[in-house]
Amino acid sequence: MDRSWMKSAAAVAACLLLFGARPAGAADAVKIGIIWPLTGNAAAAGQASKAAAEVAADIVNNAHPELGDLPLAKTAGLPNLGGAKLELVFADHQGNPSLAQQLATRLITQDKVNVLMGAYQSSCSFTATAVAERYGVPFMVGESAALNITGRGFKWVFRGTPIASDYARTYMRFFADMKQQGKKIDSIAIVNENTDYGTSVADAIAEEAKKANIPVAIRIPYSASSTDVSAQVLQLKEKRPDVVIFISYTADSILYMKTLKNLDYKPPMIIGDDTGFSDPSFIPAVADIAQGVMNRSAWAIGKPGSVTYKINEMYKAKTGRDLDDTSARNMQSFFALADAINRAGSTDPEKIRVALTETDLKPEQLMMGYQGVKFDHTGQNILASTYLIQLHGKAYDLVWPEKAATAQLQWPMAGWAK
Amino acid sequence: MLLVQVVVGGLLLGAIYALFSSGLTLIWGMMNFINFAHGEFVMLGMYAALLVVVWLGGGPAVFGLAVALLLFFLGVAVYASLIRHVLRGPMLAQILSTFGLALLLRYTAFWIFSANFVSLPETWLSGSVDVGGIWLPIPQLIAGLLAITLTIVLHLLLTRTTVGSRLLAVSEDRTAAMLMGIRPDRMQALAWGLSASAAGIAGALMATAYPWSPSVGETFGLIAFVVVALGGFGSVPGAMYAGLIIGLIQSVSAFWLGPIYKDIVVYALFAVLLWLRPQGLMGRA
Repeated sequence: MDRSWMKSAAAVAACLLLFGARPAGAADAVKIGIIWPLTGNAAAAGQASKAAAEVAADIVNNAHPELGDLPLAKTAGLPNLGGAKLELVFADHQGNPSLAQQLATRLITQDKVNVLMGAYQSSCSFTATAVAERYGVPFMVGESAALNITGRGFKWVFRGTPIASDYARTYMRFFADMKQQGKKIDSIAIVNENTDYGTSVADAIAEEAKKANIPVAIRIPYSASSTDVSAQVLQLKEKRPDVVIFISYTADSILYMKTLKNLDYKPPMIIGDDTGFSDPSFIPAVADIAQGVMNRSAWAIGKPGSVTYKINEMYKAKTGRDLDDTSARNMQSFFALADAINRAGSTDPEKIRVALTETDLKPEQLMMGYQGVKFDHTGQNILASTYLIQLHGKAYDLVWPEKAATAQLQWPMAGWAK
Repeated sequence: MLLVQVVVGGLLLGAIYALFSSGLTLIWGMMNFINFAHGEFVMLGMYAALLVVVWLGGGPAVFGLAVALLLFFLGVAVYASLIRHVLRGPMLAQILSTFGLALLLRYTAFWIFSANFVSLPETWLSGSVDVGGIWLPIPQLIAGLLAITLTIVLHLLLTRTTVGSRLLAVSEDRTAAMLMGIRPDRMQALAWGLSASAAGIAGALMATAYPWSPSVGETFGLIAFVVVALGGFGSVPGAMYAGLIIGLIQSVSAFWLGPIYKDIVVYALFAVLLWLRPQGLMGRA
């Protein structure tokens, strides 16, 4: 026990010496330790994000003048560190929070990474960030959404991705915009599956709606394994809200769409909060009866020739697939981290931390539909938000905000009307 | 008016519960045998309906009949290849054999159809009719009426025909039935065929409104056990009443109290009823 304590103390000391004593020379690479589930249940998401991080590192390390205002794309390497390259060190936590904790320690003490990033599952981000905080190493949370990852009084933890409250605020901004255009939104309804996921998102939406002065006509929690949702739909029909927001998994989201049609009730607008509405089964099952249903995605491939389109082409060349929302959010967090390291002009962890707190990326410098990247005192990106997409035919089109839209918003939704 | 709508919806759902539960209760009544794979038969009925619609086209009448036939033969095959043999084994082997069969069917379905949710394309059955201000979804309406009809037919078949008498004779006293010249093997195979067929049709009817994946059998298997226990093991009319009651309670409590409470209400009432009447509504004490 004593000996291992001594060992880690020595490692920390060595680490600190290393960081403190040696300025980064031109040849020194900056090491980014990345902890993701590369095997196990969430391996697909982890592997997709790994490929995205590798594309991002390629963009930073090599000159890509075609990528416009994206930070660090034009130059090769980090100009303020004499063109230093980024070196990625991946570690696989298999979705296991205690392994994530061990790996964070190993990356800091043995691999001597300069910064950390990860960790997909909120539970793993939760434990790994605590290690980073203890050692004083900046940790960028790429896309984990649980509220409690930030807000623990940590100095070294930053999160680039939007969380439930950001999505809720985006919906409210959308409603305000619609009202300005003369659409009637006097009340909304929230229908959520009743586990942690649905409940927390629904809470966030209800809270933001209260702030925005939009009455919630009815809130319907239900079990996602319901075989029949007629009663819920009838409750909605009775209240006649102008917008219904669903936080649902796959079978239930499809069942709701079918039941709405069977009971001949079509609200003016339906918004699905990702998950079930983004499942590959959703569109084939209900495309005929759910035209105009809205959903969210912070990532959009964009028009041919745009920066996002080119990034997607790079990713596609590597993996054969289009970049997905999750991996794209990780990639954006990666860019924000690289930008901070460059502005720090050093691999000194404290300087990187300060640079992170001073981060102020503008929308045109981003690949995602955020309003910017700027961290508050808890480390949360306060400008994170999302695009809204709408089902037209057999695919979702980006319809809001207007400046990014690729298709016209349909309001009220057509549903099953031809 | 809304309440009438909720009540009608609950009864229609309950009718389908009754139909697939009647198969389970039939097997129990015939052989004192619990079939844990019953929910899987419902699941196979759903996929069979999908395959018939996608490959052969045709409306609900076509796939309904096709599923009934397919599942009948599947039921007979399961009896001939598995059940007949484990009947000679100890009780535990009998129980675990259908449990294993359930897993085999479920994971084979995962392998063939993947874990994605699927649903039937819209047919002429889709849509709803307005009866005096009450919206009746056509798929549920036809499914419900058909389910009640089939449950009654099954009951009449058991009580009013020679085949039914033979089935009941075998269930009451196998040896005596054999002495009367009845072949229990054939009768039991027939019971398995009918049971699977009822589950399959119920699945096909559900499929017109409900999206599903290979694990759907778990949900319906559980409901079937509750319905059968409430109705009384072995009683087809009992399963019908119990199915209707459970559908109704689920629907009304979901509407009045909120959907998360509906199963609490159902199972609480279920517990109370079994406490008062352990043999179920129509069961023999």
